[in-house]
Amino acid sequence: MDKILALAKKVAEEAEVYMVSSEETPVQFESNRLKNTQYKQSQSVALRIIKNGKTGYATSTNMENAQKLVDDAVATAEFGTKAEFQFPSARTFPEVDIFDAAVEKVSLEQMTQLGEELISKVTQYSSEVICEGGVTKGTYTLSIVNSRGGQAGFRQSVFGLGIEGQLIRGTDMLFVGDHRSSCHPILKTDEIVKTTIRQLELAKHMAKVTSKPMSVIFAPDGVTGSLVLPLIPAFNGKTVLEGASPIGKKLGEIVFDKNLTICDNPMVPYNTASRPCDDEAVPCQITPLITKGHVSNFLYDLQTAARAKTKSTGNGQRQGGLPTPSPHAFVIAPGSVSFEDMVKNIDEGIIVEQLLGAGQGNMLGGDFSGNVLLGYKIEKGEIVGRVKDTMISGNIYQLLKDITAIGSDAKWVSGFLSTPSICCANVSVACR
Amino acid sequence: MTTFALKGKLKLLMTDLQIVGQQMAELLKKQNADYIEAHLEESQFSSISYRGKQLESISKTTSVGGNIRALVKGGWGFVSFNDLSNLQEKVALAVKQARFVGKEVSHFYESKPIVADVEAKIIENPATVPLSEKKQLLDEYNEAIWSTSGIQTSNLGYSDANKKTIFLNAKGSFITQERADVTMRAVAVAAKDGEVQQAGLSEGSRDDFRPIRKLHKDIKQLAQRAVEMLTVPTLKGGEYTVVLDPILAGVFVHEAFGHLSESDFVYENAQLKEIMTLGKVFGGPQLNIIDSASRPRLRGSFKYDDEGTPATKTYLIREGKLTGRLHSRETAAKMHEKPTGNARAINYRHPPIVRMTNTYIEPGECSFEDMIADIKEGVYCKNWYGGQTSMEMFTFSSGETYRIHNGKIAEMVRPVMLSGNVFDTLMNIDAIGDDLDMNQGGGCGKGGQSPLPVSNGSPHIRIQKCLVGGK
Repeated sequence: MDKILALAKKVAEEAEVYMVSSEETPVQFESNRLKNTQYKQSQSVALRIIKNGKTGYATSTNMENAQKLVDDAVATAEFGTKAEFQFPSARTFPEVDIFDAAVEKVSLEQMTQLGEELISKVTQYSSEVICEGGVTKGTYTLSIVNSRGGQAGFRQSVFGLGIEGQLIRGTDMLFVGDHRSSCHPILKTDEIVKTTIRQLELAKHMAKVTSKPMSVIFAPDGVTGSLVLPLIPAFNGKTVLEGASPIGKKLGEIVFDKNLTICDNPMVPYNTASRPCDDEAVPCQITPLITKGHVSNFLYDLQTAARAKTKSTGNGQRQGGLPTPSPHAFVIAPGSVSFEDMVKNIDEGIIVEQLLGAGQGNMLGGDFSGNVLLGYKIEKGEIVGRVKDTMISGNIYQLLKDITAIGSDAKWVSGFLSTPSICCANVSVACR
Repeated sequence: MTTFALKGKLKLLMTDLQIVGQQMAELLKKQNADYIEAHLEESQFSSISYRGKQLESISKTTSVGGNIRALVKGGWGFVSFNDLSNLQEKVALAVKQARFVGKEVSHFYESKPIVADVEAKIIENPATVPLSEKKQLLDEYNEAIWSTSGIQTSNLGYSDANKKTIFLNAKGSFITQERADVTMRAVAVAAKDGEVQQAGLSEGSRDDFRPIRKLHKDIKQLAQRAVEMLTVPTLKGGEYTVVLDPILAGVFVHEAFGHLSESDFVYENAQLKEIMTLGKVFGGPQLNIIDSASRPRLRGSFKYDDEGTPATKTYLIREGKLTGRLHSRETAAKMHEKPTGNARAINYRHPPIVRMTNTYIEPGECSFEDMIADIKEGVYCKNWYGGQTSMEMFTFSSGETYRIHNGKIAEMVRPVMLSGNVFDTLMNIDAIGDDLDMNQGGGCGKGGQSPLPVSNGSPHIRIQKCLVGGK
């Protein structure tokens, strides 16, 4: 890395070298039995330079061809965008626990046993279910150095465990399942099994729905696709700077329900999205986004922050290219209503667990729409059966303005989102 | 380490993938597995993106890597890597993993080894078009968007890739293939009084930069559409008679039926096998659905798939009846059918799985005018935004939507999401147009592998009782 930095400094004013490597061992199950095990090694190095005030960028999987990397970065810098930021000098980073050496020590035999246990418990409940499952362990290493003396890095362990069950009757297909991830090994299958069996139980009978607006409870998994995806571009400092975020001019104003509080939190110990620094060596922090309904902050990387005349929030993340503002982990504060009470208070409505088609359409405008892949009907305060051939749609800026109830049942849906169930009234429901 | 030694190694890494391939071939032959193969890959990408009026990023990427896949007693091992050293260890690990998993019998359709060197038939290589020329073009496209009044921001994404892959197995196959891909995405965002609307387009091309040069008119229209969408009404949700343009109908056939025909969902699932019995009626007698990697010059085209099977043309549905499905060598062997050349991986980091290539509905005889003539109240959907399927259920969304009123295209409404159940919806296609067109702008995602270059297409089609999301 130092060699690349030294070569780059010869031709550019400033330079930054970013390196990631990972090792991953997935064990996969298909049709209720072990199908394959894999070992994936990967590495890549990225060089960002500032030459004549402009940004150049190149990446490679080859750690040794430093000159080619520098040449590529120089070639792009000629056309690059004006660099309005400075690379960070040496900083101190918050302590966040994201490495557990126990992950690496979990053996293939143990991983296989976990997968087999998941599948046998679910198929014991219903022998017709055909399961796919996955158990994964891995480590991820990141390091960054720049020409201003800044450096950062971390090593993270990751463990994942999940199951997807398929129940087919005639041409009717039901999909159930759950997934957990952590920086610790997950050696117990109970919670995933419990969730999966509960889904099978609730979906035993079909229920009838008629097309009309009604109350909808978004269970934690359902919150992701419908309510949270449109918030990602809205809180992106870049969208705000362009004037394309519907909430961009509403900093400090109340836009959402007064009970809604959301922050970006990469500091949760052993959560897979947690980390001490972002992808440009800026310390990570907890950033409140919505505080009791008020818009409280937007997310920034170095370049966007410089343009917006503010500070980076430590959200510069790379998805293969230059860093861009992106949330680490959305944490939605739980409310006080239990899921059971939420259901009890609904005369007619549906629960959405999984939505098919999320992220299509005018997300920037807050619109969402989808087919209820896994959901249940509520009649007179009781769950009466599974919902099918049903679409819901709405706009999050209308729905989240007046939330009926926020659940006390917060859970991590993936490393990216922790949310309780959220109940909204008057959601458009269309069905056959 | 001396400079000389370093240089020597680089030559091996960057240009002589063939030599690594030959070393690998020797290693594979020595292994004791039911089947063993390797992939090596070298690629170069460049990308340029704009946000708003400014160029946002420009970058170049080079990548070298490979993998080994081994089958022992029905169990698979897979090792992928960037680091090309210690190949012997990696090969041994893949076999060890397969041995750990395998407890049954291997099913794998083996054929005679093939040795081939397939060069790309490049018309104009996007990788050799100078950066300055690409930037000039993108500037023109951005100007086309920004010269429209009411535009709040824009988004352009351009990328190209040159890729060389080597497939080899222990039986002596050694296939080298090259391809050049280019994709271009444009989004215009209009805003007024706190309302935001967006319109987008995606274009792709294979071995030819030229289609990317011709988007001025489309991009101008896109910007105008985004502004117009701010003032148009939202459709009421419910069932409608829907007419799809060739582009959106292509997305429909990919999502609604294409994925269901991928045999890796079916081959070990007795109930799905029952649903997918060949000969079963899925649609009217006018319905023919094809997947063909052998159609030349499309994004999903190739000579050999990632298991070295030659590309084929597969009728999935012929005259409304199920006649074929997409196979890898494993699914074909398990189902006692022939491989169709549909085992594909997005890159060396993943094993090949059953994927579509170029999927389309064959044209019929109905003109567009006749198709809408007897629709009293309906919806005309054009262009695409995306799509997703769970096999039985599917969704796909339009980029542009109009009402049909008394046989005429009437006012614009906001784009919609359409959804349905494949078993009903294919039956409800009651008119197929005469105007096949292929959509080259999409990529397909499955099993964590995205985006895979595919194309899909159709003539205009009419679907009765299609579920549309709305107010």
